[in-house]
Amino acid sequence: MTEHTEHIDSAKTYILVFLCLIGLTLLTTAVAFVNLGDFSVVAALTIAVCKMLLVALFFMHVRHSTKLTKLVLAGALVWLGILILLTLTDFATRGLGGVPGR
Amino acid sequence: MASQIHAETLALREQFNTEAQQKDAATLGMWIFLITEIMFFGGLFLAYTVYRRWYADAFAVASSSLNVYIGAANTVVLLSSSLTMVLAVRAAQLGKRKAIVWFLVLTLLLGGVFLGVKAYEWNQKFVEHHIPGPAFHFEGVAQQGPAQLFFSLYFAMTGLHALHMVIGVGLLTLLIVQAAKGRFSASYMTPVDVVGLYWHFVDIIWIFLFPLLYLIDRHLGK
Repeated sequence: MTEHTEHIDSAKTYILVFLCLIGLTLLTTAVAFVNLGDFSVVAALTIAVCKMLLVALFFMHVRHSTKLTKLVLAGALVWLGILILLTLTDFATRGLGGVPGR
Repeated sequence: MASQIHAETLALREQFNTEAQQKDAATLGMWIFLITEIMFFGGLFLAYTVYRRWYADAFAVASSSLNVYIGAANTVVLLSSSLTMVLAVRAAQLGKRKAIVWFLVLTLLLGGVFLGVKAYEWNQKFVEHHIPGPAFHFEGVAQQGPAQLFFSLYFAMTGLHALHMVIGVGLLTLLIVQAAKGRFSASYMTPVDVVGLYWHFVDIIWIFLFPLLYLIDRHLGK
């Protein structure tokens, strides 16, 4: 944690990021009315992840953060992934093997 | 008196080698807290995912009863508040004391607008009897149970999000008072930075709530 130098982004950068976020909000709203079948979830979540990355990297200064902070954040996403994926290995596969019940 | 407080906040605590390290530690500490928040919101998102798979039809119809235009407009309001918040942090980094106060006030106002719109939406749910409980009634689905489940999750998730907003509004008020006293400068702005992280985090939660609650089944609804 010794290589720290203060980065100050320009106001222009922030306004550009903000305009991208507004654009993505309008896009996700418009796409919701198009019938994409199961793919509509994928489209909505992809756009949401893009917006999250924009907010985290620019507004929350993650791109200027220390390596330790970045590592901790990546670890958090792994834990969240475990929470969701391992739970879904149960709920999303029930009844697949011809087990009587549901 | 004021300069005394100032000197105290600027001081390098003995456990740190440099001021930069002290600042990095504060940022990392805030991120650790936000990660615990990610995990508990994560549980709710997971519950939503599981029930949405089980009761896809009821969830689609119930979700489509929400007003997508109000939701989208409120998303824009919240994103705007994130912009003003980051500009407040930037003003603090540059030591522009008046600009800090103004950007924080703008953020507070936009946060207030978001909560106001949310209150209007919740009130509509009361009027429409879409509040889970004995008086619940939702037309258009055969089973009332799954529809109640959707609205239970809707209120739990937007309610917890709004609670975080209310806490954020309280934190912003404290910051504005301190900023108006000229407490923050380019060399000491950790509170502004850390509250900024919190505010953007709450924004990110909404970035996921909006499509999941309002949008993804829109094409299936009536």
